[in-house]
Amino acid sequence: MIEVKNVEKSFAGVKILKGVSTVFETGKTNLIIGQSGSGKTVLLKSLLGIHQPESGTISFDGRVYCDLNADEKRELRTEIGMVFQGSALFDSMTVAENVGFPLKMFTHDNNKKIQERVDFVLKRVNLTDAHKKLPSEISGGMQKRVAIARAIVNNPKYLFCDEPNSGLDPNTAILIDNLIKEITEEYNITTVINTHDMNSVMEIGENILFLKDGLKAWEGTKEEIFRTDNEAVVDFVYSSNLFKKVREAYLKD
Amino acid sequence: MLIRYITQIGRYCLMLKEIFNKQTKWSVMKNLIFKEIDDLIIGSLGIVAFISFFVGGVVAIQTALNLTNPLIPKYLIGFATRQSIILEFAPTFISIVMAGKMGSFITSSIGTMRVTEQIDALEVMGVNSLNYLVFPKIMALLLYPFLIGIAMFLGILGGYIASVYGGFGSGAEFVDGIQRDFLPFHIAYAFIKTFIFALLLATIPSFHGYYMKGGALEVGKASTVSFVWTSVTIILMNYILTQLLLT
Repeated sequence: MIEVKNVEKSFAGVKILKGVSTVFETGKTNLIIGQSGSGKTVLLKSLLGIHQPESGTISFDGRVYCDLNADEKRELRTEIGMVFQGSALFDSMTVAENVGFPLKMFTHDNNKKIQERVDFVLKRVNLTDAHKKLPSEISGGMQKRVAIARAIVNNPKYLFCDEPNSGLDPNTAILIDNLIKEITEEYNITTVINTHDMNSVMEIGENILFLKDGLKAWEGTKEEIFRTDNEAVVDFVYSSNLFKKVREAYLKD
Repeated sequence: MLIRYITQIGRYCLMLKEIFNKQTKWSVMKNLIFKEIDDLIIGSLGIVAFISFFVGGVVAIQTALNLTNPLIPKYLIGFATRQSIILEFAPTFISIVMAGKMGSFITSSIGTMRVTEQIDALEVMGVNSLNYLVFPKIMALLLYPFLIGIAMFLGILGGYIASVYGGFGSGAEFVDGIQRDFLPFHIAYAFIKTFIFALLLATIPSFHGYYMKGGALEVGKASTVSFVWTSVTIILMNYILTQLLLT
């Protein structure tokens, strides 16, 4: 469980996060949604320790991040898996080397054991014939799956995904969403996903945090989002005709 | 402007400190060092050999053409070639060329990793990205004096061939020149400079790549800026070291 309390963060005098508090629960897919500039990415980067909040605390199962020393922070980071928006695969390494990288860095496993684990996670993300390919030789969807495999290879307790569906076709996007949800439940991970993709919200949104102008404007589940009368959420989520009709149909039922 | 420069120097010093913190596992680091030796040292052998050989030849020809007084002995061609190559050409001129070749390679490769979030990925995993990326380059460039040694040898060889086969003097006169008034400390001076330049070549381009912001265009700009600053620093350090060691 990740607990965020009153987190504030400014850049060049402009306050981006204005005291956000929430709880990201273990074994659930927690989504952060909101318009561009609402502070989603800043919140995610604060969770990752890339940005230091000016006030407030972020605690990982009781461990308050800002109270940890440098070694403890690095130790905590080995418990984190991250799927970047652009996948961020190491382009000079093959798919198998990318996935095995965290194991090589942080475990004392021999090459055979690492290879077995890499084979297992690549199979888990439905990639069985791409071991020796370079990231530039595979499609965007496959790159995302490799990034997920790399993020989970070291059995992380926390999984963060920054817009995992961006640039993917709808079918692949749904596959990636479901893969993340399955992995979250299977390994009981605390997963936090930053997205603008409403399909993801409807598909896997178990706990949704809606940010507006750096503040928590709404929080709930995907079922609750259909029934909410929060204007900001309705404006954002149901801005397209398709989703308006989906909502109307859901409410009629 | 001045504050910006001071800030950058401070940031560079903090980067140097961070490079040696939280070392990457030796089993991983060993392979990274070998890869950097291949990219930076072995990959530069060809261009260093080519430039050294022909510039050595040109130095010999230029010296010979300026010796118009028959009272000046011909061995001076070998002497001047040796002095120019060992004292300045091999350590300094080659380092400026390497600031372009190795420096732009280092800046663009690290800069591309920054732009594509690969450095963020390393940091999020708990890897000390500066140690992982820059330390192997520093280790690889400990072999840089080896490259400069080859440049010295080929420069003098180029001078010998240009002098003898160009008809400017005999082989014996050239060899006499390169042996005359030889001070072994000049070799030490050249390698002390080389060692300092190696550290600059590894760290300044890394600094510009690591702290760059923006996209693909900025990677190109960072490479250019890195080349300019590496060259300026090498030239300044050359002056300071020459003043300290030879006067």
